[in-house]
Amino acid sequence: MPGRFLNKGNKSTKTGFGEGLLEAGRVNENIVVIGADITASVGAGPFAGTFPHRFLSLGIAEQNCAGVSAGLALSGKIPVFATYGVFSALRTTDQIRVSLCYNNLHVIIGGAHAGVSVGPDGATHQALEDIAVMRVMPNMTVLSPCDASQTRLAVKAAIEECLGPVYIRFGREAMPDFTREEMGFEIGRAQLLCPGNDLAIIATGHMVWEALLAAEELEREGIHARVLNIHTIKPLDVTSIVNTAMETGALVTAEEHQIIGGLGSAVSEAISSHFPVPIEFVGMNDRFGESGPPHQLMDKFGLTASRIIRSCHSALGRKVLKK
Amino acid sequence: MILDLTTDNRKLALLANSIRQSVVRSLAEAGSGHLGGSMSSADILTCLYFSILHHDPSNPSWQGRDRFILSIGHIAPVLYATLAEAGYFQKEELLTLRKMGSRLQGHPGRDHKLPGLELSAGSLGQGLSVAVGMAIAAGMDNSQHRVYCLNGDGELQEGSIWEAAMAASNFKLDNLTAVVDRNGLQIDGPTEKVMALEPLERKWEAFGWNVVECNGHDFTSLMNAFNQAGAASGRPSVIIAKTVMGKGIPSIEGDYHWHGKAPDKEQAEEFIKEITGL
Repeated sequence: MPGRFLNKGNKSTKTGFGEGLLEAGRVNENIVVIGADITASVGAGPFAGTFPHRFLSLGIAEQNCAGVSAGLALSGKIPVFATYGVFSALRTTDQIRVSLCYNNLHVIIGGAHAGVSVGPDGATHQALEDIAVMRVMPNMTVLSPCDASQTRLAVKAAIEECLGPVYIRFGREAMPDFTREEMGFEIGRAQLLCPGNDLAIIATGHMVWEALLAAEELEREGIHARVLNIHTIKPLDVTSIVNTAMETGALVTAEEHQIIGGLGSAVSEAISSHFPVPIEFVGMNDRFGESGPPHQLMDKFGLTASRIIRSCHSALGRKVLKK
Repeated sequence: MILDLTTDNRKLALLANSIRQSVVRSLAEAGSGHLGGSMSSADILTCLYFSILHHDPSNPSWQGRDRFILSIGHIAPVLYATLAEAGYFQKEELLTLRKMGSRLQGHPGRDHKLPGLELSAGSLGQGLSVAVGMAIAAGMDNSQHRVYCLNGDGELQEGSIWEAAMAASNFKLDNLTAVVDRNGLQIDGPTEKVMALEPLERKWEAFGWNVVECNGHDFTSLMNAFNQAGAASGRPSVIIAKTVMGKGIPSIEGDYHWHGKAPDKEQAEEFIKEITGL
């Protein structure tokens, strides 16, 4: 049990998405959910079953789903359009850019099946580029919750607090569910999960649990690693990240996403312009995923606590020691 | 105040004439912009804003207003000229088209807060989906307003248009009317040479739409078409308006080179003369 965190039981983040969506739907009748043929697979089944008159089946037509979302939002509805992230973020990029972001409309886009932990479906369905493409859009908020409980809070926060478009990425596989209600969820704030000043592991999504495992192991080696959960990739909590760089002197980022353009890039942008420190990136190394069992794939591509530990050693090795 | 609508052809013709002149002047001042399609759609927009749409220039956010989506964002100049003519803002502002800080962006941009704009647009193929979303919402709210969307014919080459078309009939959106500015031309030349659209009416019918053809430069024909569209039950309607690119300026009518060009000051004076018939 890493630090003070207990795995309450493996649960998929998509289940958390569905729960949050249903809860929000009960209190806000303006929420309309759009289905692109894979309703249950993205966790929207409970909402669709409970509020059939507020569920629109638009079929395998993601560009239309994004455009219809814009029309609904302009008419006072709060649309939630979820399908696999490879489709909801990438097939619809032009619509997201112009109809949603340029119009700055309050639409929630769910990107399901994030990362290689999607498993046997393989490369075409494993979203590894969605953070990069979504975060570059002006006006877009990008959320990447770390477990089912947090995903439930994230979708509710996106619906209740955001004014413009929001992209939330979540996964398919049942993974450790460990965050506690009292931790809260504040969009735009980095979450300190583990104190430490030797270096910091800055992680998002499924890699947060791996970061906690890594920190626990490093602790046994006498290395005190701080762990930050970045559930909001955009707007990035630059202040916390820069302070972390200043206080620890070395960073390791970890994400189930390409290294190019994802969380690591965002963190680099923040620290290089304020307080550059050695940084190591754990993520997909500019290649596509493939079919396989989720945990074997994460092993193969180095999306694990042990890779984080190795990167921490490298980062420490590069750290400039203060006199 | 909700605008007083008219069915008087002569009044509409005068309004369209004024709108055309405004477009030419604003484009000449801007030094760039899309003249050809602005001219081919001028009568459609005049008919909509002065004869068909229930709207209130003094209250652009009136919830009960009919919605108009300009999917072909590049003909913003004629939308702006129409809105100004209807009283949404002062006509003088038309001369700020495309300039830095202007509310009249090159393609409509709601972030610059021009009254009367329903959608920031400019990337073809998106507006019909937005209109579908609006029409669905209106149905959910039992609201009686209608939704109109103006598309270009070249724009119908975008697959996303047909996704929207399929959804519209699936949802039986009889509160939705699309209009196609069928001027037969696009940037590389005639639509039928670039990527042929015919048989166009049959395509829409196959997608479950009520299809009405009309002469896009004859107000009687246009008004009849809108009435027929409005009477359709259980199906969305599309008006295929036969138009001429550059209409109103005989020297450029039918010339696709004027799709994306603006007249210089000298040409503008010539064009104004042609429009006013002097």
